[in-house]
Amino acid sequence: MTPANNLERVLTQGNFAVTAECGPPRGADPDVIRKKGGLLKGHVDAVNVTDNQTAVVRMSSMASCIILKDMGLDPVLQMTVRDRNRIALQSDVLGASALGIRNILCLSGDHQSFGDHPGAKNVHDIDSVQFVDTVRMMRDEGKFLSGQEIKGRPDLFIGCVENPFADPFEIRALRAAKKVKAGAQFVQTQCVFNVEKFARWMEMVRALGIHKKAHILAGITPLKSPGMARYMKNSVPGMDVPDGLIERMGSVPKEKHRDEGVTICLETIDAVRNIEGIAGIHIMAIEWEDIVPEIVKQAGLLPRPIPA
Amino acid sequence: MIVADRKPFDEIMDMIAPYDRVLLLGCNECVTVCAVGGTKETALLAAQIRIKRQAEGRTVDVGERTLERQCDPEYVNTLAESLDDYDAVLSLACGCGVQFVAENYPGKPVLPAVNTRFMGVTEQPGMWAERCQGCGNCVLDRTQGICPVARCAKSIMNGPCGGSHGGACEVNDQLPCAWQLIIDRLKARGKLDTYSEVEKPRDWSTSRDGGPRRRVREDMTL
Ligand code: SF4
Ligand code: SF4
Repeated sequence: MTPANNLERVLTQGNFAVTAECGPPRGADPDVIRKKGGLLKGHVDAVNVTDNQTAVVRMSSMASCIILKDMGLDPVLQMTVRDRNRIALQSDVLGASALGIRNILCLSGDHQSFGDHPGAKNVHDIDSVQFVDTVRMMRDEGKFLSGQEIKGRPDLFIGCVENPFADPFEIRALRAAKKVKAGAQFVQTQCVFNVEKFARWMEMVRALGIHKKAHILAGITPLKSPGMARYMKNSVPGMDVPDGLIERMGSVPKEKHRDEGVTICLETIDAVRNIEGIAGIHIMAIEWEDIVPEIVKQAGLLPRPIPA
Repeated sequence: MIVADRKPFDEIMDMIAPYDRVLLLGCNECVTVCAVGGTKETALLAAQIRIKRQAEGRTVDVGERTLERQCDPEYVNTLAESLDDYDAVLSLACGCGVQFVAENYPGKPVLPAVNTRFMGVTEQPGMWAERCQGCGNCVLDRTQGICPVARCAKSIMNGPCGGSHGGACEVNDQLPCAWQLIIDRLKARGKLDTYSEVEKPRDWSTSRDGGPRRRVREDMTL
């Protein structure tokens, strides 16, 4: 059985970490999560569960994390500040810790205008940097945001995301530094398609010494088709898919699209592994979770370490 | 100023359907500046209503008046007598004006002819944009004069989020990212080093979140 804080141990013991993303279903069937968890088990060190990704209503991240935990996986609870105010966020932090969840990833969340309930009120009581700071304060100082004392501190490994491909580019490492200063111990990045730009971001990250204070995991997404590549480029906020990649996907016959996507993905993994300061990869195979074992295997990242 | 849009004409016609004597009430402040509820717009709407009712074969007595301000008792009090001749008031003022006329004349239905949108500025002729949300604790001194509360779609205090692209907000390509503007100005002023400070969570109790607000100045009250 994987220890509850597997990810933290893998990283602190200096292993190259592999995490993957699992999107909960748009329904109440727990077997959807069990199936995805079953595919990932033994191939990754931890599984991120998205929180109503792209503002579309899905099974709660917390519930899905518990289903994965019961299967012996180490879940990463993703939590956005879009839908919860500071009362709900802090309450969920306590609840997650009580249920044995040991990793949390604090995010802003995509704006609700992208999702299935564009008429929803957006909360944004605190932002993602302040949320990281809040979880750190709850854990390390035993205090709520109000300053009142917590009886029974939460125990969580704190993560954040950063998008090296958003603008303004020159602020992107500084913003990661801000999150690490606030308390983030690991950083998972937006999907890397533009390796050259990612390497330039990492140069700034190293110049600021962020990689020495937090573990940086590069986001990896296998492309399924040229259509998906174009969609990601044009319709997903903050995504940088170079035209060359879209052309490359389109240059092979249809039945080879997936193979080409996996090949590109393996090349990307290889490239980011060679960048100084990268501590692991985070695979976001959007609605294609069953490809993850193949990718991890072909990338030569098996077997996964079993940390002491 | 407060910026508003006129409601669709059909909605207005449905609203006044039960009435045959309607006073159209404009306001000489914000809604005049944003060209939705001044004397001119009141006259235009009155003419449209008359024509439409005539086409429907139903008479209507449409009065027109514009107050200096509909949010001030000094002007609202002057309405008293003229209201006797009407069944309803159709106000072209912002939501504040509509309510203030209504609370001063509880016996009279007062209907909104506009949708009140935001507090903003005239960016160029015919274009208005939001600038302030009245949060009750202004931070513009710390954000280079650009409001992250009203102008960032996520009201982020430590921005920009991961959706900022080419100067635009993730929500809409036509919408400038407030944080791109803040960073640009920090750079221009050689103050980018201040960016590394983590801004702490805000106290929203001074905002609408603390409940409806009131301001009292003892020295001015009667
Ligand atoms: S900080 Fe508050 S008061 Fe100042 S401009 Fe923004 S919303 Fe208005
Ligand atoms: S893109 Fe800019 S303005 Fe839009 S939500 Fe993100 S930080 Fe705010």
